[in-house]
Amino acid sequence: MLFHLRRRFHLLGAGTRTQQAWTSSSCLFMDPPSCRSPGLVLQSQSTDVYQNLALEDWIDGHVDLQRRSILLLWRNRPAVVIGRHQNPWAECDLPAMRRRNVALARRRSGGGTVYHDLGNLNLTFFTSKKAYDRRRNLQVISEALRRVRPELDVQATDRFDLLLNGRYKISGTASRLSRKSSYHHCTLLHSADRSALSSLLRPSCPGIHSNATPSVPSPVANLTEHAPSLKWEELLEAVVQQYNSEFGLISPSRLVHPADESLFPGVGKMEAELRSWEWTFGKTPKFRVETQLELRDGQAAAGCSAELLMDVKHGLVESCRLDVPADWLPVRLSRSTGEVLLGERFCPHRAAAALAALLRSESGQLQGRLRNLCEALLAVMG
Amino acid sequence: MAAVTRGSFSALRLLLTQQYRRRCFRPQNLRYNRNLHLSASRWDRSLQMVGARALHTAIARRGAIVQFKLSDIGEGIMEVTVKEWYVKEGDKVSQFDSICEVQSDKASVTITSRYDGVIRKLYYDVDGTALVGKPLVDIETESGSELNQEEDVVETPAMAREEHTHQEIKGHKTQATPAVRRLAMENNIKLSEVVGTGKDGRILKEDILNFLAKQTGAILPPAPHFQEIQTPGPAPTAPAPKPVSTPVGVKPPPTAPKPVFTGKDVTEPLKGFHKAMVKTMTAALKIPHFGYCDEVDLSRLVLLRSELKAVAERRGVKLSYMPFFIKAASLGLLHYPILNSSLDEGCQNITYKASHNIGLAMDTSQGLLVPNVKNVQLLSVFEIAQELNRLQTLGAAGQLGQAELMGGTFTLSNIGSIGGTYAKPVILPPEVAIGALGKIQVLPRFDSDGQVTRAHIMKVSWSADHRIIDGATMCRFSNLWREYLENPASMVLDLK
Repeated sequence: MLFHLRRRFHLLGAGTRTQQAWTSSSCLFMDPPSCRSPGLVLQSQSTDVYQNLALEDWIDGHVDLQRRSILLLWRNRPAVVIGRHQNPWAECDLPAMRRRNVALARRRSGGGTVYHDLGNLNLTFFTSKKAYDRRRNLQVISEALRRVRPELDVQATDRFDLLLNGRYKISGTASRLSRKSSYHHCTLLHSADRSALSSLLRPSCPGIHSNATPSVPSPVANLTEHAPSLKWEELLEAVVQQYNSEFGLISPSRLVHPADESLFPGVGKMEAELRSWEWTFGKTPKFRVETQLELRDGQAAAGCSAELLMDVKHGLVESCRLDVPADWLPVRLSRSTGEVLLGERFCPHRAAAALAALLRSESGQLQGRLRNLCEALLAVMG
Repeated sequence: MAAVTRGSFSALRLLLTQQYRRRCFRPQNLRYNRNLHLSASRWDRSLQMVGARALHTAIARRGAIVQFKLSDIGEGIMEVTVKEWYVKEGDKVSQFDSICEVQSDKASVTITSRYDGVIRKLYYDVDGTALVGKPLVDIETESGSELNQEEDVVETPAMAREEHTHQEIKGHKTQATPAVRRLAMENNIKLSEVVGTGKDGRILKEDILNFLAKQTGAILPPAPHFQEIQTPGPAPTAPAPKPVSTPVGVKPPPTAPKPVFTGKDVTEPLKGFHKAMVKTMTAALKIPHFGYCDEVDLSRLVLLRSELKAVAERRGVKLSYMPFFIKAASLGLLHYPILNSSLDEGCQNITYKASHNIGLAMDTSQGLLVPNVKNVQLLSVFEIAQELNRLQTLGAAGQLGQAELMGGTFTLSNIGSIGGTYAKPVILPPEVAIGALGKIQVLPRFDSDGQVTRAHIMKVSWSADHRIIDGATMCRFSNLWREYLENPASMVLDLK
């Protein structure tokens, strides 16, 4: 098949390449010896976080990175992205995100939680496992910034963050290593909404105990707060130029759409997996919820509280213990409430359906109290 | 041993006798001592392997156990945290299958298997710290499978690379693991003729089996669920772990043997929502139900809706028949409030509910959920349609919350949207009545002049709690509801 590709390449005309949409992935990712440029810069036309993450996965799995490197530039509509082994309930405020229509995505690389919006630039450096060098990649960014705005002092830390003026974090890093390839991606805060960032990146519920990777919060700043004249396009240009000069490449720059199946066959399936509940929530490492529920009688506080102890594995409730004062609610009822949640997703909607069904089977004065207990329980689930 | 190229594999195998293998095979023939990944013999299973570190060998019937070590991750990293296991002891793995996920310093790494075989031991628990260069898992390799010595990071010698996954046939590269190539060779199949369905067009075991199935016309049972089918004919030289490979290598005999069905019953505990439904339905059937059915001529309503549909769409709302059914029910409940009531536990008191919170049975991925439209007595048909749209969107997304699911006082189930005519709905406590609506059919009916005409007929089935509701009440309510729907213009008179 490679022979046919090479022939087609010559027919298309090897010469100066202008920006154009590509019709097949074989053209786009041809072997370096035949297309003369072992580097490639891709810009995603999509602002959907799942599509962009699926594109990263696709490139990581389908492109031979042994002899070429790729830089992918992308940005997303407001979304919170958690690391591979993190706990979304501990990292971000899920009810607030639902109200503001902010998506939640789990990426495949490690590291901590970040907030993405259209003022945040994402860069992914794809290389072979041998050429994996995060420090060098970060140097591309810091040098590019130094070129366009020399007054900004941008340094990489030993945790692979980029600090502005020694204080403010403008970039965080994460990476993924597979059998032969690797990618290192990082954020770059150009003009993101900082108030949304700080209000959404806080836990949904109290009392979570887990061994999931915790995020390390840091004070952040946007580049435009310190260099207001820096435009988005200028930043992109500078980064691409510096990427080429740092790695000694001549990389053509291409616009691609991650949902294009002809360019990236199979990317739709990857996107569907990234959107699924089983990936986003089901991959949460085992954790425990231990908290107090304030009980109410009608609207007034009942003056007593219940203890909740819940173990959650793969996002499903593995065990649930509710210790409610027996004079407020019979033990039988608190026990049924705990039982009915077993095996269900740790999700307020799924639990609401189960609890609504349970409430139907109980009637009388206690129904009101039981209903309040259920409400308090659901508030814990985010 | 590992230096044998694939091309000479078949020839060598035939050449070597047991004696010759014993004689040839000495520890000093091992070229990769330093890697410490070496397997015990694939020629002779009882020979002990000697290396710098003691390795487990199979005195057992199958292959030898190999210690799979955590290879160098790069950047001088010496230890990682094991975050997730994809396999457990006893699982079968193929080369390149994912074994586990480890994390180090914001880098997430997937460790893939280098061998085909069965996992025999996991050296770490989740959240344990794994050391680079130390064993990660023990894999019992399949007998006769070649072992790939290739390191991911270090350049491999040419010999080992050749024996890797590529097979050059007629200038095309065909990818297949050693076990698959052996299977193909045993069955005299040319890999170039097989279509690979694995990653990068790799040929998998399933592809070989499918190819054989097409050739022989045999129907292959799926491997894990069926026992070995006994077929007359020579058994293959080495017992492969999968039972399907046994009958495959043989031409089918003239009389096909009767397949033995060994499917097993699966028992699983009832959990979560389904457990709660059991409680609900048990409580529901304690209510003495009676049923009452009728049919409604919706011809005029069908006309009305077709006129109003466009208007509603311009306002951004999808208008179905349900808003009309719900509003008509609410108008009826104003005249018969006992149908919108609740009986207490000891059947001592009856509570007439002020709000008409009419529930709508919804079939979702989780099961039967009944969100309700609150205070229908205050809403117009359009507002009801809006609210229904919102509930349907939430239901489809699995995001119906407590507010939507609780507080219903009366329920309508539009089972006719899926199918059916008459039904026997079950009352949802603490309510006292429920209606099931069948599908709308076009049927011949006599009109007032005695002529046969086309009519849109829908069947309705009501159930009510006979402890407090009698047949006459239900009948009158149903008649009123039916009148509103058969003459939609009359609804205008009574709309509040």
